[in-house]
Amino acid sequence: MNKLLSIFRDPELAVKLSKKLSDYEGEKVNIMEVCGTHTMCISRYGIRSMLPESINLISGPGCPVCVTPVYFINSAIELSEEKDIIITTFGDLMKVPGSKSSLLKEKAKGSDIRIVYSPLDAIKIAEENTNKKVVFLSVGFETTTPVTALTVLKAKEGGLKNFFVLSANKTMPSALKALALDEEVGVQGYLYPGHVSAIIGTKVYEDLALNYGICGVVTGFEPIDILHGILTLVSNINKKNKIVVNEYSRVVTDKGNEEAVKITDQVFWPCDSVWRGIGNLPQSGLNMREEFKEYDAWKVFNLNPSHKEENSGCLCGEILKGRKKPSDCKLYGKNCVPENPVGACMVSSEGTCAAYYRYGGGDK
Amino acid sequence: MCLALPGKIIKIEDKTGVVEIMGVTREVSLELIRNYQIGDYVLIHAGCAIQKIDEEEAEKTIELFKELKEIGNE
Ligand code: SF4
Repeated sequence: MNKLLSIFRDPELAVKLSKKLSDYEGEKVNIMEVCGTHTMCISRYGIRSMLPESINLISGPGCPVCVTPVYFINSAIELSEEKDIIITTFGDLMKVPGSKSSLLKEKAKGSDIRIVYSPLDAIKIAEENTNKKVVFLSVGFETTTPVTALTVLKAKEGGLKNFFVLSANKTMPSALKALALDEEVGVQGYLYPGHVSAIIGTKVYEDLALNYGICGVVTGFEPIDILHGILTLVSNINKKNKIVVNEYSRVVTDKGNEEAVKITDQVFWPCDSVWRGIGNLPQSGLNMREEFKEYDAWKVFNLNPSHKEENSGCLCGEILKGRKKPSDCKLYGKNCVPENPVGACMVSSEGTCAAYYRYGGGDK
Repeated sequence: MCLALPGKIIKIEDKTGVVEIMGVTREVSLELIRNYQIGDYVLIHAGCAIQKIDEEEAEKTIELFKELKEIGNE
């Protein structure tokens, strides 16, 4: 299998593909790569620089850290200040700026904030610290949410009384629809996120293709995957084909992972949700169901954050919508760098600003 | 944080598996997938296997690339 997978990095094939793409002479097309990991790969392999000007790659809102609203970070910090609390979080959230501080700064001041690789690890921490309340900061899209849902089910099964989840999980399809219908963005095709699709399948994207003419390709994360995906998209956009093509069938099926979807549905239900920099998008988030309210940190700790977003001069919102590039931001690379980010897009390695900063935008 | 990596199942104990990811072994939960066995490749994210990797499908995609390679050679 490993040998098989190495073909997806074959340099000879990459050269052929990029040659084919650079020979493109058709009309200008706007393609959005939705997923943060795609954004990172595209920057790392310099894929933008292989494309002619007429193929415009826009980085989308698919980095969960980048779209986590300020109020979530503020609430997490507020919680971390309470007595006998252990905050557990994915490492990417540590540097995300809230209104006044970040989790990293609070940890330096002495709050008990621990990085976990999996929410399941947070359960272990709760079991080992029964005199403390352990809160897991749950962000993420369809790829991550089933793991959190599984964790909540396990906590309930094990009768854990000191484990809680502060959730801000988001879902992709309605956000993608809102962006696709935004004329200022002008997306004609999506490179769909491979690992979100591994869970939700490809059928969900058919509405956008059939009813709105936005075609799509589901693709993996190796350079050949991405280059081939772009080629397929460009060709379908030009032919005005209303289709979704699955080029990541080694992992993605039509229906996705039904088991994971079922577990997610057991614990969460859809709600409107605020995306950092973008605003409220209907039915694009998840709340915990009433039956799990004793695990829902929003309810247990009675948190009522202000949803007002501050204006720091950060253009993340415009960048996440593909209307601006990082280099359009006055703070980029000056006041805002990965070590000291102003906006969330500079924090996670999957964030558009961070990927550009690290690998260069690769624009011509 | 959405990073997911392929790993090979080398041990199964109840619903927990030991997988090998790029030469490193680690424990993962197998509760989000069905019909797995030792030797299967799975995609791992946040401590869970989230999907099986289908070798036949990988080969089919490679065929797709190869067609292109041949066109390029014409
Ligand atoms: S460079 Fe920093 S401040 Fe500017 S848009 Fe990106 S994250 Fe926001």
